[in-house]
Amino acid sequence: MLIDSFFEAMTLIGSADPDLYEIMLLSIEVSLTALTVSVLLALPLGTLLAISQFPGKRIVITCLNSLMAMPPVVIGLLVYLMLSRSGPLGVLGLLYTPTAMVIAQILLITPIIASLAHQTMEDLHLEYSELFQSLRVTKIRAVPVYLWDARYSLVTAVLAGFGRAVSEVGAVIIVGGNIDHLTRVMTTAIALETAKGELAMALALGMILVAMALLVNAAVMFVRTFAQRNAYV
Amino acid sequence: MFNPQPLATNLNEPVLAVRSLRLLLNGQELLRGLELNCYESGVTLVMGANGAGKSLFLRSLHGLLPAEGEIEFAGRSLQQTRSEQAMVFQKPTLLRRTVEQNMLFAAPEGATAAQIEALLSEVHLYEKAKQPARRLSGGEQQRLALARALLTQPKILLLDEPTASLDPGSVLIIERLIQQAADAGVKVIFVSHDIGQAKRLASDVVFLHQGKITEHTSAQNFFHQPVSREAQAYLAGELLI
Ligand SMILES: Nc1ncnc2c1ncn2[C@@H]1O[C@H](COP(=O)(O)OP(=O)(O)OP(=O)(O)O)[C@@H](O)[C@H]1O
Ligand SMILES: [Mg+2]
Repeated sequence: MLIDSFFEAMTLIGSADPDLYEIMLLSIEVSLTALTVSVLLALPLGTLLAISQFPGKRIVITCLNSLMAMPPVVIGLLVYLMLSRSGPLGVLGLLYTPTAMVIAQILLITPIIASLAHQTMEDLHLEYSELFQSLRVTKIRAVPVYLWDARYSLVTAVLAGFGRAVSEVGAVIIVGGNIDHLTRVMTTAIALETAKGELAMALALGMILVAMALLVNAAVMFVRTFAQRNAYV
Repeated sequence: MFNPQPLATNLNEPVLAVRSLRLLLNGQELLRGLELNCYESGVTLVMGANGAGKSLFLRSLHGLLPAEGEIEFAGRSLQQTRSEQAMVFQKPTLLRRTVEQNMLFAAPEGATAAQIEALLSEVHLYEKAKQPARRLSGGEQQRLALARALLTQPKILLLDEPTASLDPGSVLIIERLIQQAADAGVKVIFVSHDIGQAKRLASDVVFLHQGKITEHTSAQNFFHQPVSREAQAYLAGELLI
């Protein structure tokens, strides 16, 4: 039976099954959108935390760390409470839409990317700050330099964020609801199809997900070796 | 191509004056009331055993450390002369970029590509202009750091052991550049443990011992008849404790 399911799964992938690809594309779309917003929030935040002193800095760092330690389902629950009809943002009617899933993923990966960026930038700042003072480089001018010189580490952080977003299930199932043709993404579909006993579909999605994870890992490895070989880290 | 500009001086003011310079870091008094009046232009050499406070002194002169006291260059405050200073650190900090981009980063407004090329040629790094700076050897990195400092056209040049890990040929290249700058009127303050080099370059010597200046005299005097016991021991190659 397992073998049958496996071959059926291969057929689904090979025949470009429309349901399968719809789910896959939605997954990628949701996660890439979340990633874009997260990167725009996390990189400036990580940099700011690394190179400047401001009141409440410790609090921000603590918040980031606790968000990072938060189980995804709990993040899903929090987003659900915010977006549900009676919640503070209920009027927007976002619950059970892809946007809700994007929001959940943003909350999930922004802390991860920000904290990786923070670490990278802090090390770089420690190394560069005297040189910058010596050359009288202003903070404003220093920021793009830090971002650029940390680019390889940052790309790694961003890829890690994407991997995390696309493979997450707990939060998106709560706020997305796994609605067919609307909010069904790979992870939630796998959970459903497996429960229904539709192993072929579950396996096909699982294989695609694993392939994507491997691809992301390969990209991380490539970036790392490239940067090391060229002494950019 | 490389045109060092002189520091404007007048005869009544010391080129470098330091008064009651104290530096406290982490509860330790690391520079303990330094006094210095240096009238000589040219190269002032700072010597002293490891841990004497030479690097801290130089970084204080550059305004990088919260030192108390007064520092004046030719009658002007540290703040006023800050834009005329350049420093080469004991451990060169290079950006994660190519050699050429490291130069460009420090280039003042109006610096030309030709100037950068000329300076890179001077330190024999022109062929490596497109290489990642951090893949250079230790000595090459120090040469790049000096070229980068010179590119800013400093009138005050602070050098913290810029030839410490260089081969004899590179030392000569660097010494020539330093001499050239000093001859043009740039005030050079130079930390070195190399006695031969000190004799070649220095016009006067400041000797530091445990955060204090124990001797400031002309290079001639320092090497022939050092007065302080610490300097005598240092020159005799004794380990100072
Ligand atoms: N942030 C700091 N806190 C406490 N002590 C420090 C700090 N920075 C430097 N020191 C101490 O100050 C002393 C002087 O340091 P400095 O780097 O100026 O020595 P140096 O004369 O340049 O020695 P070297 O010849 O090895 O370069 C050292 O003993 C060092 O341990
Ligand atoms: Mg030193």
